[in-house]
Amino acid sequence: MAERVALLEHDEYTPALASGLPEEEDRRPVWIDNLAIFAANRLALGGLVVLVALALFCFVGPVFYHGDTTSANLLNENLPPSSQFPLGTSPEGYDVLAQLMLGGQSTLEVGFAAALVATVFGTLWGAFAGYVGGFVDSLLMRVVDTVLSIPFLFFVVLVATLLQPTLPLIVVAIASVSWLSTARVVRGETLSLRTRDYVVAARGFGSGHARIILRHLVPGALGVIVVNATLKVADSILLFASMSYLGLGVPPPATDWGRMLTTGINNVFDNYWWQLWPAGIAIVVAVIAINTIGDGVHDVVDKRIRTAAA
Amino acid sequence: MASYLLRRLGQAIVVLLFVSLIVFGLLHALPGGLVRAQLGPKASPFAVHQLSVAEGLTKPLPVQYLVWLGHALEGNLGFSYKQNTPVSTLLAEYFPRDLLLTGTAIFLAVMLSIPLGVLQGVRRNKAADYSLSWLLLAVYSMPSFLLGVIGIILLSITVPLLPSTAQNFGQGLATDFRVLVLPVATLTLGNIAYYSRYVRASVIDNLLEDYVRTARAKGAGPPRVLIRHVLRNSLLPVVSLIGISLPYVVSGSLIVEALFDFPGMGLLFWDAQQARDYPVLLGIVLLVSASVVVGSLVADLAYAALDPRIRYG
Repeated sequence: MAERVALLEHDEYTPALASGLPEEEDRRPVWIDNLAIFAANRLALGGLVVLVALALFCFVGPVFYHGDTTSANLLNENLPPSSQFPLGTSPEGYDVLAQLMLGGQSTLEVGFAAALVATVFGTLWGAFAGYVGGFVDSLLMRVVDTVLSIPFLFFVVLVATLLQPTLPLIVVAIASVSWLSTARVVRGETLSLRTRDYVVAARGFGSGHARIILRHLVPGALGVIVVNATLKVADSILLFASMSYLGLGVPPPATDWGRMLTTGINNVFDNYWWQLWPAGIAIVVAVIAINTIGDGVHDVVDKRIRTAAA
Repeated sequence: MASYLLRRLGQAIVVLLFVSLIVFGLLHALPGGLVRAQLGPKASPFAVHQLSVAEGLTKPLPVQYLVWLGHALEGNLGFSYKQNTPVSTLLAEYFPRDLLLTGTAIFLAVMLSIPLGVLQGVRRNKAADYSLSWLLLAVYSMPSFLLGVIGIILLSITVPLLPSTAQNFGQGLATDFRVLVLPVATLTLGNIAYYSRYVRASVIDNLLEDYVRTARAKGAGPPRVLIRHVLRNSLLPVVSLIGISLPYVVSGSLIVEALFDFPGMGLLFWDAQQARDYPVLLGIVLLVSASVVVGSLVADLAYAALDPRIRYG
């Protein structure tokens, strides 16, 4: 941007400017620029690598490593790590390494799915409230305040008590509290976007309300939405672990990292460390990785906003 | 100020009414209804009808809501058939313990996160800031029960110093103190990770302000600038942060109480969940939400009173 200003000042002829086309540099696809900004944040890049490695471990790992996670075998219960069981066995005699892969699948699935559901719902809610304004806006935002003032874990437990603990309903229960912050953030963005020229112009062309919200307001707020959604994945993973700890996770023999961690906690006095640390470290590493990725995404959005304003 | 106070009060009342509506709605969304939940699936239709009439469940829903709300305002939150006790009696027994647990944790967290956040803000991007940031991020990324169990491993198993359960709470001050250390520490550490990030950001922002340059220019030394100028301005947001963090702290107490068997409302809630004791579940949700609403109202008003610039137009 600064370069182009300099060119204009010197009144130098450039074909790109004369023809009204963007300069060579500007014609690079946006996503490559974004990727470059993201990659400049080494921590975020590292976080992405770690997260991809974890996902490969959970989803592709079972292709290469076969361990028993379904048939209880009391002869093998609570065995320490050995060549046969690299991470030992659970109280039911399941292979902890294989469980770690299987449990990671549901943990990551729930984390991403809950964040997606919450983001879509919260975005629509917030954009609608901000766009309509007035009494409806106050009413919708009081609903958000209300659910926010119910401590989220109590609310999730209540919702999960009414629903059955299957994976999709756990996602719904987690999303039922995590859409709130998205709704607030998106409403705030919408309030500032709705008076922008391009939105006013769209309305002048005769665009309907739904089209303005979906095609103009939501894309305008996409940056903050994406950052918010990334961090939501981490929060959902933690919330899911807490639910599992309270006995509201997936029913056995299915498992998740939270449930494995709970098993480890129940056996902590027997010093079965292999039941505690693998799942515990997996959760912490996944959550930290996602948080650093969120940081990198924030960099991208931040830089784009600042360039646009310059 | 008066208009802000009134508007904020009105908002809190609307939110409380909405909470009561949600709780009432959930009460009636129970699978099989409230009566079936009490009498069990094998109850005869006659018995179901009798109890429905006795509980006023045959009246129109809006009437039921108003009756229920009237009772709730009088402190009557229903009756726990599972424990054969009025819900309000249970809450009166358990709630003060939570005030002690969460109150202590919030107080300690504020007291500790301020110096930590200031240190990080002043030594921004230096080794101290980096290592603290990573440590606190790790704590923040930990489910609170993992944090608590690390405490148990370190201080009850490796070095048998403290009890790993708080079951014995209420047997004299000396035991209570020992029993409370681990639960309070777990909750406090989680909150420090939450608060100190904001203190750090607030200190960094304030250090860039003009008044800091003015203070330096007139010859105030770094300690004076920090304590008399930056700290006073950075601490204000902490007041409202406490209000914002209340749902987070109360949620954390649910896990901590379940882990340490601390007989507070979180444990009561969890036991009620296991026993499907709906009146207790909903009574607790109503009470904790009301405390959160009142708590954030107080925090907001305190913030407005402390900072003369805050006049939400």
